[in-house]
Amino acid sequence: MYAVIALAIGIVVGVLTSPTVPDWLGPYLPIAVVAALDAVLGGLRAKLADTFDAKVFVTSFIANVLVAAFIVFLGDQLGVGSQLSTAVVVVLGIRIFGNAAAIRRHIFKA
Amino acid sequence: MTPDTPPETPPEPKNRTRWSRIESHLLIAALCAILGFGIVIQVQSTRDGNALATARPADLVVILDGLQRRQDDLNAEIAELQKTLATLRSGGASSQEALAEAQRRAQELAILAGTAVATGPGVSMVMADPAVGVTPEVLLAALQELRNAGAEAVQVGAVRMGVDSSFTGSAGGILADGTALTAPYVILAIGDPPTLTAAMNIPGGVSDTAKRAGGSLVITSRDTVTIDALRPLRTNTYARPAGG
Repeated sequence: MYAVIALAIGIVVGVLTSPTVPDWLGPYLPIAVVAALDAVLGGLRAKLADTFDAKVFVTSFIANVLVAAFIVFLGDQLGVGSQLSTAVVVVLGIRIFGNAAAIRRHIFKA
Repeated sequence: MTPDTPPETPPEPKNRTRWSRIESHLLIAALCAILGFGIVIQVQSTRDGNALATARPADLVVILDGLQRRQDDLNAEIAELQKTLATLRSGGASSQEALAEAQRRAQELAILAGTAVATGPGVSMVMADPAVGVTPEVLLAALQELRNAGAEAVQVGAVRMGVDSSFTGSAGGILADGTALTAPYVILAIGDPPTLTAAMNIPGGVSDTAKRAGGSLVITSRDTVTIDALRPLRTNTYARPAGG
């Protein structure tokens, strides 16, 4: 519950301050956001399965974001940045769908 | 790394300290807040359209290429439309001139055909016929003399003279185009007044002829003669304009 409240607080702070994205962060932020979304959904799924562990969640969240950003960074250095971003988004999208399906099964038992 | 796999280490015992629980909760909350924050600023930067500032050079090249192609297309379209506009403008101007010219010609032809009221300098003549000796030929000679002198519109009595006008009947009962004329005969003509007057007065001309027939001819030059008798418009049954 407090996680949802914290999410809402983050959204409100973002709306109120409306900061500009630094240039160097531009290509990585969307990927990082998707990766974090995947981590949060994974955490929710673990919570519903009663296997939630705060340490695992925190580690996976940070690692997800860093690895996703690093992959895109590497892609930029190799000259295939946009393709690798697409690949990361596709993979993360599949994982998000999988997590969402598991959460759905837990909630609706179907 | 993945949160949905069970932790490799066994779950920590339930007797963990309260501080550690609060700490981990705060950490999770902070991460969630960061996620919300990140989502919002990303959405805003996308909506603001300043995504270009953070786009990759390769993407920028593609975007620039697309924009240039679109610009070329639009420039070509502008040139095309301007050409069309110029064509339409010149066409409109020339058709307007043609219309004005046609109207001017139509008015001239209407005067010539006798279907329009004409006004201008000219002469007014009164041919008295006390001896009833003026024959249709006298009036015909007068009309022909006026035409030779450059009269552009002629009216005899209440009859407008046209290309097919005729004088019939006999002295005292002259018909002009089938309409009976009564003495004295009033003839109005538009043209150069001195020329018309001179043409009437030449020896052996209309004036002399009228006198020989027992009548008299009084010619008055006028600055403004209005010929308001009209001829009915004749529609041709067979003749058609040929070519342009």
